[in-house]
Amino acid sequence: MTTVLQLPAVAGTHVTIRGLHKSFAGVPLYQEFNLDIPRGKIISIFGPNGCGKSTLINMISGLTAIDSGEILFDGKSLKETDIGYVFQNYRDALFPWMSAWDNIAYPLKRRGLGADKVKARVRELADLFEIKFNLGLFPYELSGGQQQTVCIMRALATKPEILFLDEPFSALDFEMTLFIRAKLQEANLLAGVTMMIVSHDLEDAVFLADRILLLTRRPTRVAEFMHFDMPRPRAPEAVSAPEFIQTKSAALQIFQREMRS
Amino acid sequence: MGKFDTKKLLPLVGPLLLYAVWEFALDSKAIKPVLLPPPMDTLQYLWGSITSGAVNKDLLATILRTVYAFVIATVIGVPLGIALGSSVNLYRSVEFLVDFFRSTPSSALIPLFLLIFGITDTNKVAIAAFAAVLVIIFNSAYGVMNAKKTRVMAAITMGIPRRFIFKDVLLMESLPQTFVGLRGGISMALVIVIVAEMFIGSENGLGHRIIDAQQVFNVKEMYSSILITGALGYVMNLAFLMLERHLIHWSGKA
Ligand SMILES: Nc1ncnc2c1ncn2[C@@H]1O[C@H](COP(=O)(O)OP(=O)(O)O)[C@@H](O)[C@H]1O
Ligand SMILES: [Mg+2]
Repeated sequence: MTTVLQLPAVAGTHVTIRGLHKSFAGVPLYQEFNLDIPRGKIISIFGPNGCGKSTLINMISGLTAIDSGEILFDGKSLKETDIGYVFQNYRDALFPWMSAWDNIAYPLKRRGLGADKVKARVRELADLFEIKFNLGLFPYELSGGQQQTVCIMRALATKPEILFLDEPFSALDFEMTLFIRAKLQEANLLAGVTMMIVSHDLEDAVFLADRILLLTRRPTRVAEFMHFDMPRPRAPEAVSAPEFIQTKSAALQIFQREMRS
Repeated sequence: MGKFDTKKLLPLVGPLLLYAVWEFALDSKAIKPVLLPPPMDTLQYLWGSITSGAVNKDLLATILRTVYAFVIATVIGVPLGIALGSSVNLYRSVEFLVDFFRSTPSSALIPLFLLIFGITDTNKVAIAAFAAVLVIIFNSAYGVMNAKKTRVMAAITMGIPRRFIFKDVLLMESLPQTFVGLRGGISMALVIVIVAEMFIGSENGLGHRIIDAQQVFNVKEMYSSILITGALGYVMNLAFLMLERHLIHWSGKA
């Protein structure tokens, strides 16, 4: 089994995954899986349905137990690390008995932050996300896009080192997708938070990414860990820039190659 | 002023229809007036027993017994149900017992309770509490077990300590279902209290009033007492629904 001692992380790595094994019902999903996730970057995860994209971020974030292997955050364990997680299904993720404001404030209050600091932090987030709706409303009184925005604000409230997002756009309309894509970039630039975003849409995946993690069918391997260095902030029109189209088609080629093999 | 919406009158159709059928059954001589008094007479009698206060003692006795039984059942049932629901293994071990006794009409257990408690007031409250507690345990346990996993996972990723996840998330998640149990529990308590008042020697209570009137063939008193019992059950349910809508505002919306 590989450990970080035998295979040291490359410079600038935030999360180191070594010798990861995971099976479901005896069928292996990940075997001897190694990966270095760079600090402060946005990493898009793309791959065929059921290849283990969600399982990967769930294992890193501690929601799914691993069979064996190690996952370290700058050498620290998960316990010592602040993380944030944004679920695909925002309706089931927010607490409907609390207002949107209280949802965002909840992790801060539970950390024992004083009322003034909580207020200041929520206001900061509301400014960053240009909130124009009433945060005093309950989640079920908000539109889907507003709910997902609240989810992202809540996940960012504690200033986590790393933010996981599992298909955050899949239930949103196009306008809201554009908005949240822009805000995620801003949050990344502003706070330097590492982001791992699972996406089933190649355009979304490439648009946000510094790195695109292309996964194979199970048992899952890294097909390619592509770079995409287009300058930020990227405007919606970036999708028609030559370098964007080039990267997207390269990713598509790798994806199709893997599907055939 | 807008036009009055006649649709608002629809709920009155059922009661008026019942009144008409009742009246018709008597006019057509299908049922003898000694078995079924005219509806207007019955309503007048009902009004009389309310305004004169004749029914107060029995009404109060029934309400008190039901409330005692319900409070005991709640105090035992909600914490027990939540505890059972938080441990799947624990719940599976007692699931059969809860389901079995929940499916057994509690009135069938009256003789058993008579052996234990004798012909006492405690007995009536005890058996009603027993019947209600099963409904409450079942619903509270399921409320916890069916809590949305995503909300619990969200709390885990926020680094919330376990005991707070239980209090802040699981408990809140179980509330809508717990309230369904409480509403079912108080209805159940009323049913059993009425039955107990009829068949376990009693000096008061609506059940006693109904059976007493029947034995001396005072049909007006019997029907008006039945109507009062029905109204009591209806009002209790309505009060709970309103409380529920206020406290559990997210129920059914999220
Ligand atoms: N709790 C589980 N029990 C059994 N199999 C699971 C479980 N979670 C995921 N899997 C299986 O693991 C594979 C990867 O799942 P997932 O990570 O959700 O895929 P993706 O997000 O890439 O679509 C799928 O084949 C899925 O059926
Ligand atoms: Mg998935």
